[in-house]
Amino acid sequence: MKIRNGNRRKRIWLSLGLLLLLLVLLLAAGAVSEENALVSDFTQVNQPPSIEHIFGTDWLGRDMLARTLRGLFLSILLGAGTAAASAGIALICGILAAMSKWADGVILYLIDLVLGIPHLLLLILISLALGRGFRGVAVGILLTHWPSLARVIRGEILQLKESPYIWTSQKLGKSRLWIALHHMVPNVLPQFLTGMVLLFPHAILHESSVTFLGFGLSAEQPAIGILLSESMRYLILGNWWPALFPGILLVAVVLSFQYIGEKLRLFADPAGAHR
Amino acid sequence: MKSMVRGLLLVLSVCAVTFFLVSKSPIDPLQANVGQAALGAMSEEQIAQLEQYWGMDQTGIEGFLAWIKDLVRGRLGVSLLYRQPVTEVIGERLKNSLFLMMSAWLISGLLGFFLGGIAGANAGKWQDKLIRGYALLTAGTPAYWIGLLLLLVFGVWLGWFPIGFGAPIGAAAQEVTMLQRLHHAVLPTLALSITGTSSIVLHTREKMAEVMGQDFVIYALARGEGKRKILFDHGFRNILLPAVTLQFASVGEILGGSILIEQVFSYPGLGQAAVNAGLGSDFPLLMAIAAMSGLLIFCGNLTANLLYRMIDPRMRRGGGAI
Repeated sequence: MKIRNGNRRKRIWLSLGLLLLLLVLLLAAGAVSEENALVSDFTQVNQPPSIEHIFGTDWLGRDMLARTLRGLFLSILLGAGTAAASAGIALICGILAAMSKWADGVILYLIDLVLGIPHLLLLILISLALGRGFRGVAVGILLTHWPSLARVIRGEILQLKESPYIWTSQKLGKSRLWIALHHMVPNVLPQFLTGMVLLFPHAILHESSVTFLGFGLSAEQPAIGILLSESMRYLILGNWWPALFPGILLVAVVLSFQYIGEKLRLFADPAGAHR
Repeated sequence: MKSMVRGLLLVLSVCAVTFFLVSKSPIDPLQANVGQAALGAMSEEQIAQLEQYWGMDQTGIEGFLAWIKDLVRGRLGVSLLYRQPVTEVIGERLKNSLFLMMSAWLISGLLGFFLGGIAGANAGKWQDKLIRGYALLTAGTPAYWIGLLLLLVFGVWLGWFPIGFGAPIGAAAQEVTMLQRLHHAVLPTLALSITGTSSIVLHTREKMAEVMGQDFVIYALARGEGKRKILFDHGFRNILLPAVTLQFASVGEILGGSILIEQVFSYPGLGQAAVNAGLGSDFPLLMAIAAMSGLLIFCGNLTANLLYRMIDPRMRRGGGAI
């Protein structure tokens, strides 16, 4: 039994490592393909996939492979950055909520407020308030993705608050901030980290959606949302490749982040430690 | 009652946030809609008049209060983009959208519930893996891309369905038959249903798997009851409640999804109007749509609460307040 369990754990670590390696390779490819993604060649307009252009070319003769890689690069960086920052907000909110009743009420209300507007509509509104563009999406995702994680962390900390060692610490005269930083944060850290990784796919999906609608990254940038909204105009002519390939790769990236998050959660859960 | 007041307060704050965000926008609706050249040729008075006409002269708390006052009276102003009262634009669009959203909501709810139930009852078997895989896959796929794929396959390649709009191009509004409308709504509905199923499938699956491991199910098995009977007598009954609540609480997601789907299919609904209003700086329309969607979400949550009490008799006895 023991050997089999060890293998499963190893297998998961191996798959995680492989996925991370692939993602890093993807990022590296995206980093170097900036020029190719923007060079247009009017002799090669709307070419279907071939050996020269594996993903075909778009309406300006730009190589779709380079554009897709560059788009994923932008999406992953933007998604990771905003998801991490959003998770930070969630952590702070969760701790504040646990520290005082008053703050708890305010934060619960804020959570309800953010969830009271359709996500996408709120993203559009925030993006408009900041004049669209990169700043618009980034701040939008930052401000809309924290509630679910904040709820989890808040619940976790409320439970912790009733545990004897926190009481002891209080009786020893430690301040609430000290307890929060030394006892509570380390305790919720695993949940926080997996929650953050699980925010990545959401952030990436929402970024591409907002960009697709025209409220996100500007049209000169080869973001996935831009690629797909451009592809729509040529779909009717039967040009399937600009719509298909960027989408498939986007889904693959999102699913691999989901997978990584799920597996990390498995490891972070102490109840599953024996498996 | 208490939660009702709380909910209405929430809707009010949603409106406030919307108003604040929109009025903070650096994009000038006058410039976007009238154009730089035309503005330059106008006198100060004319510009001031236009600003008043479009409700731009009021900002801050005063402007918000005035807007709320008008909102309660049903005066939502004039849409800058469509040159019609906002109420008319919304009424027209809502008809199209509501049909789309309601059918997608029903289909995704029922389908998700049964798929999730089957997966949970067969936890670990191939049915479970298949359904779970499907749910995870659709959860990771952007809604608009599903729409694009459906459009490509069924609209362009197979030619079974029109490639967009809510009615045939060039036909007068009176001549469009119900059948034609339905024909145009099939693909958008399908796309929206597919994206809506994943959360309810995953949720129902967990609950069903939990219920099927309970003692009373094992006892029923020991009594010799068939699996199908157990599934319907014990399984679905126990998971109906959380599923219904979840589905009513997911009104916001369907709304958000409809924005994307309507954009892909050029479907003349509320979501498309919201995008056009945003891109065209049609702020009165955008604010009205945001306020309305806040209200819709509130109604969804309220209905979930009420239904909860109707389905579960224990809740009725529990407390007078919702």
